[in-house]
Amino acid sequence: MSVWIAIGLTAVGCYLVKLLGLLVPAGALERPLVQRLSALLPVALLAALTAQQVFGDGNGALVVDARVAGVATAGLALVFRAPFLVVIAAAVAVTAGVRALGG
Amino acid sequence: MAEQTASADRPGTAGIPARSAPETRDENGTAVQGATSRTEPAPAPGGEPKPDSAVVRDALGVGIAVGLSGFAFGVTSAGAGLTLLQSCALSLLVFTGASQFALVGALAAGGNPLTAAAGAFFLGVRNTFYGLRLSQLLALPRYVRPFAAQWVIDETTAVALAQPTRRGVRIGFTVTGLTLYVLWNLTTLLGALGAEAIGDTDAWGLDAAGPACFLALLAPMLRTTRERAVAAIAVVLGLGFLPLLPAGVPVLIAALAAPAVLWFEGRRAGRGTAAESAGESGRGTTDRKGTDR
Repeated sequence: MSVWIAIGLTAVGCYLVKLLGLLVPAGALERPLVQRLSALLPVALLAALTAQQVFGDGNGALVVDARVAGVATAGLALVFRAPFLVVIAAAVAVTAGVRALGG
Repeated sequence: MAEQTASADRPGTAGIPARSAPETRDENGTAVQGATSRTEPAPAPGGEPKPDSAVVRDALGVGIAVGLSGFAFGVTSAGAGLTLLQSCALSLLVFTGASQFALVGALAAGGNPLTAAAGAFFLGVRNTFYGLRLSQLLALPRYVRPFAAQWVIDETTAVALAQPTRRGVRIGFTVTGLTLYVLWNLTTLLGALGAEAIGDTDAWGLDAAGPACFLALLAPMLRTTRERAVAAIAVVLGLGFLPLLPAGVPVLIAALAAPAVLWFEGRRAGRGTAAESAGESGRGTTDRKGTDR
């Protein structure tokens, strides 16, 4: 049930912020500080989420396992400007490979 | 730009042939009627016309490539313990990838629904600013906007903003949005079904798909020292508080890296330019205000 609550809240919230941008008069949110903050918030959130999902064990503890190798490979693929799907596939394949080898 | 409303908007002449518009856009009936009945396709301010086929090709390229990655979401979501219906509901109703990954990640880690939704919501806030920009370029009638809103995301914005004419912006937005929406939902379903069939998704390394997606979304944002500093601080905060606070909360604390870096920059800039600006006066700033785009 709580999962459905989270889905409902996220769906409504995410839809409303999308709609807000289309409805408010141009210029209302064009203050430089607001713009800069909105550009930086995803950077902070995505960086933290990436780190947590690489090093978190799901119970609040930090671990180093095969995911580190997989996501490091994804990072390398991004440096070489690989397409999105190749990046994801590389991460999955390397993680599975390292895990199969007992990593 | 502020006075630009849908009804008053007829910049320039309708120099581009108008005939080929409907068949590329008839999928979204309301948008087509609203958009085409009101204004003839006309060049947006300051742009060279670009063939419709080129716009459609760009849009399809992005829509298909990213649309297919819904597979990764479906797998991740099912791996996180969400049911098939829940995974599909997320893609249908939320339809903004980073927020979806964040939500299932937080739920998998045992976060309560409020903090999980808050993290996903804050990730979605950037779409407001895409909408602001798009609303000027698309110039949609008000009653169409609630229907267009669900497609206001990273990819549609990127394609639409890259088009030189209003007609191109509208085609780019619509084709990218439609392709991505259909594929993303289809591949979410397939991914979730696949994950249920596979069973232990971790053994297949699929738990790396989520963070790899985040990294792929993040990488192009890390252009300057400012973004890198924010990312570095956010990683430290996110990991540092992970063992200490309930699931979902550390991400929200990590988000404070953004205002913190801006505040720090503002203080430094304030000290550095206080002397010059006293003599310089506000000439530069008044110039800038007038030109918005």
